[in-house]
Amino acid sequence: MAEMKCQQCGSLDAVVHLTQIVNNEMSTHHLCQKCAAEKGLQSGEDPSSSHLLDLIDKMASGLPDASHVETIRCRFCDLTFGEFRKTTRLGCPQCYETFGDQLPRLLRRIHGSDSHVGKIYLPPDPSASEMEKRLEGLHRKLDRAVQVEDFERAAELRDEIGSLALVKEAT
Amino acid sequence: MTGFGVIPDHGLDWLEASGEHSDVVLSTRVRIARNLQGHAFGSRARINDREAVLRCFRKSAERSQMLKGGALLVIPEVPVRTQEILHERRLVTRELLGPEGSVPATSAAIHFSVEDPVSVMVNEEDHFRMQSLLSGLRILEAWQIVDQLDEELGREIPYAYHQEFGFLTSCPTNVGTGLRASVFMHLPGLVLTKEISKALRGLGELGLTFRGLYGEGSEVIGNFFQISNQTTLGRTEEDLVDDLERVVRTVIEKELHARQVLLRDAPALTEDKIWRAFGTLCYSRMLTFEELMNYLSGVRLGVSLNILPDVSVYTLNKLMIFTQPAHLDQAAGRNLSDEERDAHRATLVRSVLANDGDVSGAAEGIEDNGTP
Repeated sequence: MAEMKCQQCGSLDAVVHLTQIVNNEMSTHHLCQKCAAEKGLQSGEDPSSSHLLDLIDKMASGLPDASHVETIRCRFCDLTFGEFRKTTRLGCPQCYETFGDQLPRLLRRIHGSDSHVGKIYLPPDPSASEMEKRLEGLHRKLDRAVQVEDFERAAELRDEIGSLALVKEAT
Repeated sequence: MTGFGVIPDHGLDWLEASGEHSDVVLSTRVRIARNLQGHAFGSRARINDREAVLRCFRKSAERSQMLKGGALLVIPEVPVRTQEILHERRLVTRELLGPEGSVPATSAAIHFSVEDPVSVMVNEEDHFRMQSLLSGLRILEAWQIVDQLDEELGREIPYAYHQEFGFLTSCPTNVGTGLRASVFMHLPGLVLTKEISKALRGLGELGLTFRGLYGEGSEVIGNFFQISNQTTLGRTEEDLVDDLERVVRTVIEKELHARQVLLRDAPALTEDKIWRAFGTLCYSRMLTFEELMNYLSGVRLGVSLNILPDVSVYTLNKLMIFTQPAHLDQAAGRNLSDEERDAHRATLVRSVLANDGDVSGAAEGIEDNGTP
């Protein structure tokens, strides 16, 4: 897209494009980084990331010892909670353990929940309990397939349940 | 190989306007995010992490029924303009390519299946992002395709997975299912009848959100909206997909109703708007991309209402893609200035509309080989 003028200061580098719907009227404003910052708007990859920053801020400030939390550091990737607050990105799988006390509250705010109920992952070379969990998940999927009368899918799931149950018994 | 010849249908089959409600819904995309256990996520990954991720992917792809024999493009080996064309075709994200003007990160790659409409971005924000992009409203189908691929790859790749939080991702907004399903819709009826905010209000409460064409930080132009799920944790994948489908169908109903209201209450005004848009596209000598998108919106409405019966939705979809900067540069065989691009864009639009949707002129050099 061609370069766009900032509607505030007229510079040629409008990078923030804000679309608002107010009283059913849609309007678009093009602003440069500086003017957008002055208006309190974030230019982000993801429009939800400024919202996320906000949530993380609230989360940390609500804790009894916020300054201590800032310095918690992931042993695997070296990310501190303070850095996570700035970037809104976790550094590695281990971060979910490192910040295990802080994250559930944030996840509840983002998703309205802090626990996964979707697909149960079966890793390569699974343990018996991993297979058991996976079987539970597959049964849930099977019930659903039957419920929506997707019999082809139901047949596939039955096959998968059957073979996984055999493997589990063999181990 | 780095050319487009290796990509099935040149990555454009989602434009064919074949799916259900394709005059309102342009495309459906479902993607899931996965990461390799024991390695830092994209933003903190070192070169050896990134190389290990790509190595692991290559090995697993060879064993995957859906991926073997497909095309793997390693981004740093792909010419810059081809990278931009991939982005304009919505096949790769800006995140995968790296900031504009910079050297793409080591081992960033995209793999296209030849068997199924599915691809995998490697070393994006998350290590693996599998996506299916389909024409029209086909959320369940797109989900089933990525689900099947996920099952295949998951047998080979040890994913980062947590008993409590599910599939772990770089951004906590993706954790759990890692699933983002989105539907790209054209809603001129709701905008013109000023019902749009009412129709989209309350999406947040349903765990859904809406934004513009390019998804990331862009404004809504040409009455195009993308509706997607916002939450990824605490619901099953099937529930997320079902909820989105249900809401999208309601929005479609409201949109179709609004179009009938326009025809009933303001037929002359509506027809005038449509014919003016069509006339402008047929005769303009200079068009910015934003202008084009707004006129295309009018023409698309005209086609859907049977006021412009000789234009196809497929043609309009193709115009949206082939009139973007990298596509125009590729067709011209050189980098154009902004002003030149506006002129080339107008010429292309006139010629495509006059030749019944034929973009072969614009596609020359792209269809055969992505390299300039």
